[in-house]
Amino acid sequence: MNPLTVCGLWGAAAVGLGLYGMIVSPQPLRRILAFDLLGSGVFLLLGVVARRGAGAGFGGDPVGQALIITGVVVAFAATAVTSALWLRLFQETASPTLPDAARVEPTDD
Amino acid sequence: MTTWQGFDIVLAVLVLPLAVWTIAARQTFVAVVSFVAYGLLLALIWVRLSAPDVALAVAAIGSGLSGVLLLGTAARLRDVEERAEAARPSVAVRATAAVLSVAVAAGIAAALLFLSDPAPTLAPLAAADLSRTGVGNPVTAVLMAYRAMDTLLEKIVLMLALIAVWSLAPDRVWGGRPGPRHRADPHGMLVFLARLLPPVGVVVGIYLLWVSADEPGGAFQGSTILAAMWLLAMLAGVADTPPVGGRRLRVALISGPAIFLLVGLGGLWLGDAFLAYPVAWAKALIVLIEIGMLLTVSLTLGLLVAGPPERSAQQ
Repeated sequence: MNPLTVCGLWGAAAVGLGLYGMIVSPQPLRRILAFDLLGSGVFLLLGVVARRGAGAGFGGDPVGQALIITGVVVAFAATAVTSALWLRLFQETASPTLPDAARVEPTDD
Repeated sequence: MTTWQGFDIVLAVLVLPLAVWTIAARQTFVAVVSFVAYGLLLALIWVRLSAPDVALAVAAIGSGLSGVLLLGTAARLRDVEERAEAARPSVAVRATAAVLSVAVAAGIAAALLFLSDPAPTLAPLAAADLSRTGVGNPVTAVLMAYRAMDTLLEKIVLMLALIAVWSLAPDRVWGGRPGPRHRADPHGMLVFLARLLPPVGVVVGIYLLWVSADEPGGAFQGSTILAAMWLLAMLAGVADTPPVGGRRLRVALISGPAIFLLVGLGGLWLGDAFLAYPVAWAKALIVLIEIGMLLTVSLTLGLLVAGPPERSAQQ
């Protein structure tokens, strides 16, 4: 098995682990962390695709690599916004978990 | 077995437990520390994938800065963690989630084995016009010239994220300072590091930007190091967080995208299209945009980690 395939399988495993964490974690912060892990797997998969596109003297497809850098920065921005949102909600409700969506009654106003 | 193969095996064996621990650890603090270590090892994998620019971005932003942010959030939630863990879903839900996640991972792995051969690539196209952009690093050429529009929009996304974070402030502290005023022992290690490291960090950050024209580096990577130095000074109490209502801060925050937009509009007038640089000026314009970007992005990243305002400007 060549190293590139191993990296790709790695990315797939990280996506699976992240997805599992996002579903089962009761704490929103842990879900954000799992989401970041999932994201790292997606970036790794993109990296494998970019590496396969090596050519013209470059070690990988530079367009794919630039896309990943943009993705990393946007993923950080998403982490920052969701963490701040969750902390603010926690200050308001003092509940360590999200309110159960099924149990929240829709209001008219 | 070559040295590289041995290195790859050690790397693969180390990375898997850290990723599992990020999900399985009981304490959020432990999970975040595992995630940071995982991110740093992942940066080594990126080097092995011949993507040093990505490796720098992952180590600095994906692991370092995210780690500081998540650790800060986890510290505020530590007291209620026990209560939250009681709300764990039932065994049936967890088993279903595990089956679903394994199926998704297996699906992706299977798709990887059937990728088209030869692989599609834009590398020859990127190489063909590289000399006209004035930079030698193809990734920088993509970020700042071929796909400059993506980078411009990304900066606007960062700004929107900062507006979203600030808008979470309670009304009474609107325009105030983010976070608590940190105070550390003035003779302690943290204050010592906060005085010792920033001069070096600032030079390294600017160097990463400058060198990215021809070698691995980049404006985002450099900005992250500057932001980290600023955060270190804030955490040690050497510098206070700025009031977010300040006019100078706001001007600095919009200067990066503003320069980018002006250069882009200049392309409409002097060149062929929006964001088209005249060939003779390409390198100079790219460096100009990147300098504006360094200032704005480092401030934005630092303020995103600092969070929404929590006290008035006078406190």
